[in-house]
Amino acid sequence: MTTDIKTKPKLALYWAASCGGCEIAVLDIKEKILDVDAAFDIVFWPVAVDFKVKDVEAMEDGEIDICLFNGAIRTSDNEYMAGLLRRKAKILVAFGSCACEGCIPALSNTTTREATLDWVYRDSPSTVNPDDIRPQTETETPVGRLELPAFWETVCSLEQVVDVDYFVPGCPPQAHQIWAVLEAVIDILEHGKPLPPKGTVLGAGDRTCCDECPLTREEKKISQFVRLHEIIPDPDQCLLDQGILCMGPATRSGCGGLCVSVGVPCRGCYGPPPNSKDQGTKMIAALASVIDSQDPEQIDRILDGIVDPIGTFYRFSMATATLAGATRSGSNGDRKAVDERLTT
Amino acid sequence: MVTTAERGPDAAAPEESWQPKVVAFLCNWCSYTGADLAGISRIEWDPSVAIVRIMCSGRMDPTFVAKAFEFGADGVIISGCHPGDCHYQEGNYKALRRVHLMRRLLDGFGIDPGRLRLVWVSASEGDVWAETANEMANEIRSLGPIKAER
Repeated sequence: MTTDIKTKPKLALYWAASCGGCEIAVLDIKEKILDVDAAFDIVFWPVAVDFKVKDVEAMEDGEIDICLFNGAIRTSDNEYMAGLLRRKAKILVAFGSCACEGCIPALSNTTTREATLDWVYRDSPSTVNPDDIRPQTETETPVGRLELPAFWETVCSLEQVVDVDYFVPGCPPQAHQIWAVLEAVIDILEHGKPLPPKGTVLGAGDRTCCDECPLTREEKKISQFVRLHEIIPDPDQCLLDQGILCMGPATRSGCGGLCVSVGVPCRGCYGPPPNSKDQGTKMIAALASVIDSQDPEQIDRILDGIVDPIGTFYRFSMATATLAGATRSGSNGDRKAVDERLTT
Repeated sequence: MVTTAERGPDAAAPEESWQPKVVAFLCNWCSYTGADLAGISRIEWDPSVAIVRIMCSGRMDPTFVAKAFEFGADGVIISGCHPGDCHYQEGNYKALRRVHLMRRLLDGFGIDPGRLRLVWVSASEGDVWAETANEMANEIRSLGPIKAER
């Protein structure tokens, strides 16, 4: 490629509260990463290149053409970076399940900030912390004052803190889907194709995981839920038909049915399907149709087979769960400080 | 509409003037007609219960319940035909299974499962409807506004 570096579109990638899997997933496009490098000028990517936050802060607003933002918003630093990259990027993409729906970090929304910190810094079996030392936002030391980001009460998705243009779901997004998205972006930037409407979910299907599933579904009624280690599932039969809790009916297509095609139930990482904002209630609607009982007590006995309903139904979408909105009391008090920082 | 989230912690504190908001989803064939009968019979029931008519309790998407709570409802009633009487054969059984699952979900989110109630009210049971509405409103009054008990 002979494209002049100054005319190449600028690409930024960032991770907030995430595991790093999305970063690996970008590299899973293998040698095509060289095409990405040829097509884009990578201006910020903490995991791979050595630009600093101050370099981004020094940029003009809107100077970055596209930013792929993975990770949920857990700390004041996550939120600051979300706001900063929103300002500096023309197109901000919520990349991966954490940024889209909160994913695994947002499971801590079922408990309190204190309980989370107690577990991590005191109660977990692998913790040795006899003095109960906890992270402080400011610490005076002989060598000066040290600062840590504030830890918010709840985990938010990217869209809950800043305006988001597009969504790429998945935990992580599959490599072929990432490449499809990047190819489309290159096409748009180089050939002037129109952008998809704002809010579009990119790199995913517009049906449910069941539509991509190779197993045979007979919509059997089930009288017992079983866990994967308790049976040897029939390799050709729908897992839900066999009583294994599979999130397929309440999950967006796009992964190609990766888990289900090897006999592992869908966990729901591609988020809620089109026309639904809430994976859990969608799943309840689907499950209520297949449970084989009309007797309240027997229904309860069958439902007892679902271990941790909330963690199963919202494993990837707790931050955006509708019911979380009913109980959220806006307790992220410190957020105001960050808002002020962002506007100055 | 003001959601619980927007009201903030202070506004959520129970006050003298606080009145519960209960949303009731009633099936067209039995329960709505039953509530209508209560009206025709001049039976008074608690005004904090607001009725939404749906074609069948089986039409009750769990998302409706979640949305009601999100938009500030303190309790939700779902009412359908008695078992065996469903106009669509088995919609009320579907509602039964959904409510049992939904209660487990509410519990997980720190919302008292008692805030969601499923009842059977036939077209001739205006008095049963009025009693249900009053009972539910009083129970929600004693529970107070929703706040997460995590």
